[in-house]
Amino acid sequence: MTATMIKEFRLPDLGEGLTESEILSWKVAVGDTVALNQVIAEVETAKAVVELPSPFAGVVAELHEQPGTVVEVGKPIVSFEVDDAGSSNGGATATAAAAAEPVGSPAKREPNLVGYGAVVEHSGRPARRARGQIQETKSPAPGIPAVSAPAAPPSVETGDSERPRSTPPVRKLARDLGIDLEHVSGTGPGGLITREDVQNFSGASEAPAETQVSRAEGERETRTPIKGVRKLTAAAMVQSAFTAPHVTEFLTVDVTATMELLARLKGNRAFEGYKLTPLTIAAKAVLVALRNNPSLNSRWDEAAQEIVQFNYVNLGIAAATPRGLTVPNIKDAHRLTLRELSAALTELTDTARSGKTSPAELSGGTISITNIGVFGIDAGTPILNPGEAAIVALGAVRKAPWVVNDELAVRQVMSLSLSFDHRLVDGEQGSRFLADLGAILADPAMVMTMI
Amino acid sequence: MLTDQAGKGVHHDTPGPGHSAQNPLRTGGNLLQLVSPDGERISHPEFDVWVKDVGDEQLCSLYEDMTVIRRIDAEATALQRQGELALWPPLLGQEAAQIGSSRSLRDDDFVFPSYRESGVAYVRGAHLAEIARVWRGNASYGWDPQRINLATPQIIIGSQSLHATGYAMGVQLDGANTAVLAYFGDGATSEGDVNEAMVFAASYQAPVVFFCQNNHWAISEPVRIQSHVQLADRPTGFGIPSIRVDGNDVLAVMAATRVALDRARKGGGPTFIEAVTYRMGPHTTADDPTRYRDPIELEDWAGKDPILRLRKLLEAKGLLTQDVEARVKAKADAVAAELRSSCIGMPDPQPLDVFNHVYSTPNSWIERQKDHYSRYLNSFNQPVEEGAL
Repeated sequence: MTATMIKEFRLPDLGEGLTESEILSWKVAVGDTVALNQVIAEVETAKAVVELPSPFAGVVAELHEQPGTVVEVGKPIVSFEVDDAGSSNGGATATAAAAAEPVGSPAKREPNLVGYGAVVEHSGRPARRARGQIQETKSPAPGIPAVSAPAAPPSVETGDSERPRSTPPVRKLARDLGIDLEHVSGTGPGGLITREDVQNFSGASEAPAETQVSRAEGERETRTPIKGVRKLTAAAMVQSAFTAPHVTEFLTVDVTATMELLARLKGNRAFEGYKLTPLTIAAKAVLVALRNNPSLNSRWDEAAQEIVQFNYVNLGIAAATPRGLTVPNIKDAHRLTLRELSAALTELTDTARSGKTSPAELSGGTISITNIGVFGIDAGTPILNPGEAAIVALGAVRKAPWVVNDELAVRQVMSLSLSFDHRLVDGEQGSRFLADLGAILADPAMVMTMI
Repeated sequence: MLTDQAGKGVHHDTPGPGHSAQNPLRTGGNLLQLVSPDGERISHPEFDVWVKDVGDEQLCSLYEDMTVIRRIDAEATALQRQGELALWPPLLGQEAAQIGSSRSLRDDDFVFPSYRESGVAYVRGAHLAEIARVWRGNASYGWDPQRINLATPQIIIGSQSLHATGYAMGVQLDGANTAVLAYFGDGATSEGDVNEAMVFAASYQAPVVFFCQNNHWAISEPVRIQSHVQLADRPTGFGIPSIRVDGNDVLAVMAATRVALDRARKGGGPTFIEAVTYRMGPHTTADDPTRYRDPIELEDWAGKDPILRLRKLLEAKGLLTQDVEARVKAKADAVAAELRSSCIGMPDPQPLDVFNHVYSTPNSWIERQKDHYSRYLNSFNQPVEEGAL
C-alpha cells in the first residue's frame, strides 16, 4: 500500500546570491509524470538562462507560477504528488520537513553576489546592555517592546539617518517609478520595504479608482511589464528618433538582372552550399555604393563635437529573434568576398534566431540593413540604429509592369528605402548613395564603374 | 601555432617547427596521443612502454571511473539547480585528464587540487558527502587531507602550486621517495603564484609535477589571448621539462603522468604536463558560457569526447560487453543516488562549528573567541534591556 504526498519545489538561488529569477517556460504540465532530474522548466536569472531539473519523481500536481513571472527565491513554483514510500529522492525526510513548513513567508533574501562582500546586517542585532551613564531614556515598562519607544536615544542610534531599508531590485523599482522610498513604509522584517510596498504605494499615490477600473476590465486588455529586450529596443528607438533628424528616400528598381545573377551563381559550383538571396547581393551592393559615398558610414560624436568617418564597415542586419529585434553586425564586411559575406550572413541570422548573439556582435555597427521584404512589405521609413548615419530597408521582390525600351514588360521590381541622419548626410550624398545602390541592383555590371 | 589548437597525433620523432636545437626543452607543438578521437590505438616508440601494463580489465576500469565521475558531475549540477548545492564547478569533458592522472598516483603521493578536481577526489577515496559538503556550504573543508593524501579544494587560482612545491621540498628534506602533484588550469599559468612555484621547484629540483588542465577557458577568457606560446612552452623558461598531451586521451595522460612521477621520485626534479582538454560546461553553475563562447567550438570538441573515445577503443577490442555496460551503469546509478541522499540528508552545521579545526591542538585564544561568540549568540534569547537599537 503506497500513500502519496504533495511535495513543493521552491525556487532555489540558481546563481551565487541571486534573489529572483524569471520563469521563461514550463516543460511539463499538470498531470504529467516526471522522472528525477527531468527538465521541467527554463528559468532566466540575472546571470544565465538555465534548465531546472525536477528534484522528485512523481506527478505534477500544480504549477504555482506562470511563464513570464519573476519569482522570488524561496517561493514555491511547482508541487508534485510523490510516492510516500518509494520516492527516489534519497533524502526525502529532510526535504519533506522543509516542504512541510508553512508556505507563507520564506525568509527575505538580499542580493549578495559572490565577490561583492557580505551584506551589512541591520536587523537581528542583540540588544545592547545598558551602560551606566546613559539613563536619559526613560525606560519603558518591562515587557513593552523597545521598538515602540517613539523617542530614540539621541546619539548612539543611527537608524533614523540611514536610508530606508530595502533591497537593490526594489530600490531600482522605486527609482523607475519615481518614488522616494522615504515616503514608503515597509512591511517586511524589521521595516524592510518590499516590492509589494512600493507597488502598493505607487498604486495608492496615483489614481486608485482608475486602477480598479483597469482591474475590473482586465479581460479586455493584457498588461505586460515593460522589460528586457522590449525595454531596450524602446529606449534605443526613442533615442535615435529624437536625436538624429531622419530623412527617408525611396527608389523602386527593376532588379531582374540581379535575380538572373542570383540564379547563375546558384548554379555555379564555387557557390555550392552557400545561401544566396537578394539580401546577399544587396548587402554587397551597399558595401560597394559606400565607397563613393562614405559619409553614410559615419557617426556623430556629440560629446567630442566630432564627426567620425569610419574607414571600415561593420554591417548591421536587423534580425527578428524570439526575444525581439536585434541588430548584430558583420565586422569588417567591406573586406569580405561575396562568398564570405554570404557565409557571414547565414551565421549571423542563425546565431540571432537561436538567441545566442554575443554582446560584441551587437555593438560597433556602422550602417544597417533591414530586410522588410521577407514580410512581403515594399517600403517604409526605417529608424536608424542608434549611432549610425544610415539604414537601408529592402522591400519585397515582386513581378510588376515596368517600362523597358518604351514598352510595358513584366519585370522583377524592388523598392529601396533609405533613412539617413541629416546632421551628417546631406540630400545630395544620400540621394547619390541610393541611386548607386539602385544602379547596381538594376544592373550588377555597373559595379565596374564604381570600383 | 596557437595554444588552443590541439592537433592530430604527431609523433615525437618528427620535430615540429618550434623544435630548436638551442632549447631541447621546447615541445615544438607536438601533442602526445596514444588513442585517436576515433578510438584507434596509436603506437608510440617512447611512451608505449609506460602503459604496457594497462590491460583489458584496467581499460574497463578506467572507463568505469570516467563514466562515474561524469555522472557525479551531472547529479551535482542537478542538485545545484534544485537548491541543494550552492555552487558546483563542472568537470564535463575533463574526465580523461582527471582519471588518467589520478590513477597514475601512488597512495603515498600527495596531491594539491584546484576546485574542479572532483573526479580526482573520487579516485583518491573521498566520500561523496565529503565532495558535496563544501559546495553545499556546510563546511569549509571537504575531507581529511592526511587520510587520502589530497589537500582540500583550493579556490584561489594557482596558489596550490606553491603549497605543492613547498610540500615537495619537505619530501626532499625527509629523503622520502614520494611525489607531489599540483592540479591547475590554463588561467593559473598566468598567475604569479604558479610562476613563483616553478622558480622554486626548478631551483630546488623538487619532486613535484605541475599538471595543467588546459580546458581553453579561464571563465570567459580564451587561452589564446592569455598565451602566445603553447602553455607547455611556458615552464621551459624556468628550466622545467614539459609534456604536451592530449588531455582527452586517458592512456596518453596516464603515460605522461607516470613519466613525470617517475622522474620526481628518482630525483629528476619537476615536470610540467599540459593536458589539452576542453571545458564542455560552464565555468561554474553560476556562469552562462553561451554569452561568450561559439557553440561551434563546443561541437568540435564534442567530437573529441574523452569517454566516447575510450568507448570506441573498447568496442574495437570487443571489451564493451553488455555485462560491462550494465556493471558501469549500475555503479554510476548507485554513486549518483548516494551523492543525492548524502547531500540532502546532511545535517546543517552549528554556528560554533566554525571554531573547530582552526588549530589541531587546544588554543586558548580560539577558546576565548568561541566563548565570546557563544555568549553573543545567547544574547539573542535574552529580554531587551535598553531602548531601541
